[in-house]
Parts: sequence; structure tokens; C-alpha cells
Amino acid sequence: MAERHEIRLCGFGGQGVILAGHIIGQAAAIYEHKHATFIQDYGPEARGGSTRADVVVSDERVTYPYIETPTVLLAMSQPAYDKYHPQNHRDALVIIDAELVKPIVEAGKKVISVPARRIAEELGRTAVANSVMLGFFTAATGIVSPDAIKKAIAASVPKNTIELNLKAFDRGYAYGLEHSEAR
Amino acid sequence: MSQPRHLAGEFFLSGDEACAEGAINAGCRFFAGYPITPATEIAERMSERLPEVGGTYIQMEDELASMAAVLGASWGGVKAMTATSGPGFSLMMENIGLGAMTETPCVVVDIQRAGPSTGLPTLTGQGDMLQARWGSHGCYSIIALSPDSPQELYDLTIKAFNLSEQFRVPVLIMSEAATGHMYERVVIKSVEELELLPRRKPNVPPEEYLPYQPDDDLVPAMASAGEGYGFHTTGLTHDERGYPAMSVEAQDRLIRRLVDKIEKNKDAIIELEEDGTENAEVIVCSYGISARISQMAVQMARDEGMKVGILRLITVWPFPDERIRGLAQTARAFVVPEINYGQIVREVERCAGGKRTVLVPHMGGTVHNPHTIFEAIRQAVK
Repeated sequence: MAERHEIRLCGFGGQGVILAGHIIGQAAAIYEHKHATFIQDYGPEARGGSTRADVVVSDERVTYPYIETPTVLLAMSQPAYDKYHPQNHRDALVIIDAELVKPIVEAGKKVISVPARRIAEELGRTAVANSVMLGFFTAATGIVSPDAIKKAIAASVPKNTIELNLKAFDRGYAYGLEHSEAR
Repeated sequence: MSQPRHLAGEFFLSGDEACAEGAINAGCRFFAGYPITPATEIAERMSERLPEVGGTYIQMEDELASMAAVLGASWGGVKAMTATSGPGFSLMMENIGLGAMTETPCVVVDIQRAGPSTGLPTLTGQGDMLQARWGSHGCYSIIALSPDSPQELYDLTIKAFNLSEQFRVPVLIMSEAATGHMYERVVIKSVEELELLPRRKPNVPPEEYLPYQPDDDLVPAMASAGEGYGFHTTGLTHDERGYPAMSVEAQDRLIRRLVDKIEKNKDAIIELEEDGTENAEVIVCSYGISARISQMAVQMARDEGMKVGILRLITVWPFPDERIRGLAQTARAFVVPEINYGQIVREVERCAGGKRTVLVPHMGGTVHNPHTIFEAIRQAVK
């Protein structure tokens, strides 16, 4: 059986959720030569409401690029979490911003958190919270290597913010390694 | 950020973006269009890229004018393209017919959404497949290609330009929102590695040039405006000089040639992808994103021991009658998933020689659930 990861990222419009999804897909497809598809929720309701990006990473061609039951849900806002977590695969790993999402605690559900926005604030820019999340995601899942994600970040963000975004990634990655429950 | 004139390497692109890069690398230097979801990203990318390569981008007042401008640019000697979706495709129909009648090379991309009318503006469909063939009035033939990935949107856009120059006909790329908005790895070869067909220029002196005198393959050579060759072109029925010829004989000669230059060159045009069709009991015949989704259903059926093959129509028009007739010799049934209420299935049924032909319809908005296609295969095997 092919190893297939179905990753859903969600949050408010403007948090960089879509960009983070694109970065994961790009890291897997270009820098690790895996098969990856990326699809963003595309509709008139996207502005101001919940946004969503779906990434499939596989070691075989992705014939079906859609996600019915995510195996990883990365949520950066409460409304997005509320909307999407019921669709999760029963063994899904849920990754949330510790201060923005209050998860529903259920036995057997894997929920891990990182204070991404607070770390981004410490770095001087809340806009890099998505890079903190990417670092944490990378450490927690091992789906894509940190090297590949960092290359994809450098290729995707504005030039004058590359350094800051990579720093944010490193903070999130370190936080993920420190908190052993992440694995 | 300054980009190189031509991209080369591996990129993580949407189908729409890949289509635009294919056009740039094919030598397209003119785009006229009107933005419409889900094709807007093609226009956006072309508006950035064309000025970088010395080309021209014009946002027109509507799709009628867009198509007219594309034909004019082509007569000016430039490879030209437009991109749209269902509502705009309808508006382009009259001038696509003019392009077929005047034998004007150009590429028209339809990133289909669910219709009719405004329908589901942001969501996928495949409802324009027969319109692609029959949408303009009168009798003509056309070429239409259907990609199943961003990579193929890149590759087939280049192929579309080549076919349009080779056969002097508008070539349609019939994609859909699901593929246009999907991101995937796209490998872009350097331009030097591409085989690009130039325009068929006349090889006679200007005084001997007849703009509608066909070569042996039924396609005439085409001088561009400003090259010293006199020509006249019109949507009226015309003779070899391009002058209006209001006679039954001229109509007969012209229309036969417009159709035959495509239908009699089918072997040079048609591209298909087959997997496991030899000795298959059931053949899934599909195109675009529906063919891609079908691959998953076919695998599920094979896992249960069913003998299933898949025939993917990369070229939808002209239709591969002969291949389907051939497959109908051995197959018991055809299963045709498409995101409409039955279009290409009619063509398959026409060629299936009485073999069972099962439509798996989907009214649009999403792609098929692979289990639905699997279930249709299972029923067809019985």
C-alpha cells in the first residue's frame, strides 16, 4: 500500500494558511521528489471567514487529490477547528495553536499544540506564525524533512522576510522536538 | 523579482499557471481575454509574463472581442491564445467558427465550471464537451485536448499550438476547474529541447500565392499581413483566392476540405493513453480529471479480480472512433464517467458496436467519488 498523508490546514483568512499548505506541497514535490497535490478551498466565502488548504503527500502518483478524512489537521482558528475536526480520520493527528484553539478533549484523540502566534509575537511579527506552525508540524509528523520545508519557505516568502521566517520555522521545530508528546 | 524569459526546471504550479507557461514556451506572444473564474489565473500569469518576453496582453471588453482580437493577432503573424470558462466559451462560439472558416491558427482554453449559464462559478464541471465540437453554426471540424494534470496542461498547451499551426484550425484545451486549480509538480524543459512548429509560410512568389490553395494534406500555407503577399480572407464561402464564391460547388469543395483536413489526418492528431485494455472485459473510457479519478476506481476493481482497462482520451476531438471500434471487438462493456449528464458517452456508444455502454454521470461541483465509478464497473462486469 502506498503511504498517503492527507493534510488539511485551516484558519482565518490572512494567517498564511494557504501559503503554508503550498509550502508543504512544494517541499514534498520539488525538494523531496515525492508525489504531492495542493488544493485550496476556493469560493466566494473565503474572504474573512475560514480558509482551508488540502495537501496530499504520497510515494505514488496521487490519482485522487481530494481529502475526505484528513490524517493531519492543522488548525489556526477556533471556527476553522470547529468546522473541520469532525471530518477527521479516526487516527488523525490534530495540531493547533495553543492560544487560539480550544480543542474538544476526547479519549484516544491525538491533539498537540504550539503557541505559534505568541512565538511569532516574540520574534516581532505575528505574520510568521504560519512558519512557526510549519516548524512544529515538521517536527511532529516527519512527513517532510526540515531541509525541504526550509528551501520551500525561502522560495515562497518575500525576500526581505526569508530570514525571519526561517527563524520562526526553527523555533517551531525546536518546540516540537522538546515536547516529546509531539511524536 | 525579474524572471528569466523562459522557465526551465521543476516547479510547483497550478494547472492554470502551467498552461500559461506552456503558452509562453510554445512561442505565444499575444493574449486577449476577459477574466472569469476558474480561468482567471491564466490571464493573470499571461499579463505578467507576456511583457517579459516582448509579447502583448490585452484585457478586452468581453469574450466576443477577445476571440476576434486573437484571430486578428494570428493573421498578423503572432501565435495567439485566449482562456475562459463556460459563459465566456459560449460568447466565443461565433468567432471560433470564423477561425475555423478562415483557417486561423490559435488556441482557446476552456477551464470548465459547472453550468449551464452562471451555474457554479467556482466549482468544476465538464459540460462543454459537445459545445467544443458543435458550438458554432455550420459544418466544420475542430481539435480538442483534455489534460489530467498541471503537467499535462503545460504539455498539451504546447501541443495545441503545434496542432493549430499544422492544421490551421483553432485548437481547444478542454480542462476543468479541478485541474486548473490543482497544484502539482510541473517539469518544464528548456525551450531549446521543445519541438515547435512554425507557421506554414508560402513557398511561391507573391504573384503566384493563392491563400486557400491547399497542400497535399489539405492545409493551405499562410502568409502574414505585411510580408508582401496579398490575401483576402472572409467568413463567406470562398474560393482558393479567398474571394467570396457564392456557389454550391465552392461550398462543397470548401466544407469538405475544412472537415477532411482534420478527419483524414486523425492518425497524426489523436493521442490516447491505455492501460490494461487488451483482454479487458470492461473498459473505462474517460478524459480530464474524470479519467484521473477513474484510475483509482480501476485499481479498486482490479484488486477484486475484475478485468478492467482504462482508455484515456487525451485528444477528445477528433474522436477516436476506430480505436473504440477495435476495443469493442473484445470488451463486453464500456463505462464512461464524466462530469455532466451524458456527452462523450454518446460518442462511445456510437462506436461500441452494440456493446453495453454505461454512463456514470455527475452534475458538477466536485469530481466523482471513486466508489461510484467502482460500483458502475462492478455492475458492468456482471
